[in-house]
Amino acid sequence: MVIGRRSLLAAGGAAALVPWLPAWAQPISSGLPTVVGSDIHLKIAHRMLTVDGKTSHAIGINGTIPGPLVRLKEGTEARIHVTNALPDEDSSIHWHGLILPFHMDGVPGISFPGIAPGATFTYEFPVKQSGTYWYHSHSGLQEQMGHYGPLVIDPAGTDPVAYDREHVIVLSDHSPLHPHVIFKKLKQMGGYFNHQKQTLAGLLAGKDQPLKDRMAWGAMRMDPTDISDVTGAAYTYLVNGLGPDDNWTGLFRPGERVRLRIINASAMTTFNVRIRGLKMEVVQADGLNVRPVEVGEFQIAVAETYDVVVTPGDGAYSLIAESSDRSGMARATLAPRAGMTAPVPPLRRRPLATMQDMGMGGMDHGAMDHGGETMKHSMRDMSLAPAVKDTPTVQSISPMPVDRTGDPGQGLDGEPGVLTYRDLVALDRNPDTRTPSRQLQIHLTGNMERYMWAFDGVKMNEVKAPIPFTEGERVRVTLVNDTMMTHPIHLHGHFFELVTGKGDHAPRKHTVNVQPGGKVTFDLTADAPGDWAFHCHLLYHMHAGMMQVVTVRPAGEAA
Amino acid sequence: MSLLALLLLAAQHQHHEMPAPAPACSPEHAAMGHCTTPVPAPPPPPACTAEHAAMGHCTLPETPPTPGAGNAAPPPAPRVGAADAIFGADAMAAARARLYAEHGGGTISQVMVDMAEARIGKGGDSYAWDAEARFGGDIDKLAIKSEGEGDFGGRLEGAEVQALWSHAVGPYFDVQAGVRQDFGPGPSPTHAVLGFEGLAPYWFDVEGALFLSDKGDVTARLAGSYDQRITQRLIVQPMTEVEAAFQDVAERGIGGGFSNIEFGVRLRYEIAREFAPYVGFAWERKLGKTARLARAAGDDISRPAFVAGIRFWF
Repeated sequence: MVIGRRSLLAAGGAAALVPWLPAWAQPISSGLPTVVGSDIHLKIAHRMLTVDGKTSHAIGINGTIPGPLVRLKEGTEARIHVTNALPDEDSSIHWHGLILPFHMDGVPGISFPGIAPGATFTYEFPVKQSGTYWYHSHSGLQEQMGHYGPLVIDPAGTDPVAYDREHVIVLSDHSPLHPHVIFKKLKQMGGYFNHQKQTLAGLLAGKDQPLKDRMAWGAMRMDPTDISDVTGAAYTYLVNGLGPDDNWTGLFRPGERVRLRIINASAMTTFNVRIRGLKMEVVQADGLNVRPVEVGEFQIAVAETYDVVVTPGDGAYSLIAESSDRSGMARATLAPRAGMTAPVPPLRRRPLATMQDMGMGGMDHGAMDHGGETMKHSMRDMSLAPAVKDTPTVQSISPMPVDRTGDPGQGLDGEPGVLTYRDLVALDRNPDTRTPSRQLQIHLTGNMERYMWAFDGVKMNEVKAPIPFTEGERVRVTLVNDTMMTHPIHLHGHFFELVTGKGDHAPRKHTVNVQPGGKVTFDLTADAPGDWAFHCHLLYHMHAGMMQVVTVRPAGEAA
Repeated sequence: MSLLALLLLAAQHQHHEMPAPAPACSPEHAAMGHCTTPVPAPPPPPACTAEHAAMGHCTLPETPPTPGAGNAAPPPAPRVGAADAIFGADAMAAARARLYAEHGGGTISQVMVDMAEARIGKGGDSYAWDAEARFGGDIDKLAIKSEGEGDFGGRLEGAEVQALWSHAVGPYFDVQAGVRQDFGPGPSPTHAVLGFEGLAPYWFDVEGALFLSDKGDVTARLAGSYDQRITQRLIVQPMTEVEAAFQDVAERGIGGGFSNIEFGVRLRYEIAREFAPYVGFAWERKLGKTARLARAAGDDISRPAFVAGIRFWF
């Protein structure tokens, strides 16, 4: 690959590096200079990225990783010219969470043909919403190399969230390994990056599962330490492109209400986010306002966004985003003055998957011990999921999946004040409150040993037909997770209402994390005609086949 | 014969993975909640436990449960091609083909040299290897296997290479078919191969095969190993392999029945996942009629050895 002169210059040293970062992403945040205006220009190109003193190859936008903050205004027309300066591969930008015409959605092969090397594509769409979003490549595995950035849309009217200052916090995972190498290793050995497996030494020391449980899990060929496929062994976790030692710092005046727009732009990492010594008021999820809810910690799945408001006193605070398998953390500091730091807590003990994560959720309530009985359950009773095709992609079928929207996420049980989906209530009344006219169930299936992932047991490359919707129809969709991993499922071009008993104020999302062995139900109004991508937002799961096309067609239109 | 039984047993294990014929809903199943229809019921509204209330989660008014959805039929699936009208069918066709192929259709290769070792034991020092390479997709692959042994003096004792089509038949197992070519100082027949390879419950790696030589002789082999992690990098791997013949193969010194058994224990240290030196112990013993033939020829029937080698892959 060609490394441009600019990239080499940028790699010249820390002093040379700083000017290449957008101002808001410099180690000392100085507000939010952004890319704005009626014509926005973005250029995708190779560059080098230095994280905690180590330099590796990456892809940046307008010379930075993450790319610049694209700031739009609700009610205007966006015109964004994207130039692909990669010498030998197509590229694209997908505007994650934006409601726009399908051919501006930026998925090569679905929305448009892609952007050829040297070519420029102009995205034009009316800006119909406000909130915190992001953008990223939908070509190959470019997203893993740094091809992502934040996008904020200011509301046309008054913002219901009161705040004095804001900081954008882009969380991501970066590796010196090329993404194709990461994918190959996963294919060769599913547990390649897991260096927190159970050991004999651990057993003798009384750690982790007792022997009886290890035997039972071994019988099912299930590894309870398989929380993240790609871990801190490969990744450094970034805040605004900076490693934990670089320590991105956001400034504030004591007593200010500081709004943090937190975006998980990772390829593969679920983060658990907390700020030591501060309560966070969650005011927005996936770009849409929610009734403020105060939490001590929350889990943010890949591709989700949460806006929180904090009111710090006169001191420094560590913002900690632990990867959910606790193999590493992203770290930043909020401080009233530059150069201040706060203590960084050590990583907490890594979680182990539970019976519930295996889809035996129904058994956890008191029935846990008829333990022997539980273990006799077939982990692959295909009759429980007649719509799932019996393929080698299907390692297990959850025997008793339960709604886990009230669970805080793996490893967070018992932690105080952790957000769950059931805490979310939309601030505005839902635009469509009709009862769904039909129902649809989709199983999330996978095989960790072969590293195969799919919907309903059929990988994207084997799919014969899309998932069809009629324009304007309202459908209740249930996602059943038949695997032991979380899957952040993203539907392009739509928001859907999570069915968590919130009536006409159901929280609306573009990405929903389906916990292991659990299920999530949402109501969808298919109001955006066209073809849309629908996939797991874990990059390598998508690449392995966990993707589909959703079609929305006017009623009666010939197929 | 009992070997055949073993192979059958392994095959049966495979069968376990297959879906049972859709069972009627037994009362036992119903009691466990297995018989709910696939149609999801809306979850109940979250109850406000005291614990929740203390966290301030219950300040919101309770909302009624979302009413149940209908059961209308889905529309027919159209062709994916909305973008054709805007960008042209030609411009979209290639991108669409790539999109589908890229997501799940990739091919992968792996070369695994599981054993490359020196053996120090009775009757002189020797070397041995055991390796497998795979090329292809998730379901169908080409598998190349090779193993062999020789004296450091230069004499190759025996070696073989197999070229197999490996086809996934379940989440854990492949069936394999192809050819095997032997090399060595003695007769070096060609065989047709039918076998399997995969991961058995309790994380045992197992493989087995039947071999039909160009002379019409049928032999079989079954092997298993287990990786016990002592620490994240230190792994002890016990293994065993048993061979059998369904008739005498006089020119190769093999008698009918179980002919050979091998046990090994190797302690490896993964400097990287891909590179692990090891030390261990291996013991081979000829069995039954094969042992008697060896004795008559003045050969050892039992060969214990200390081994040291490297496991590596890429």
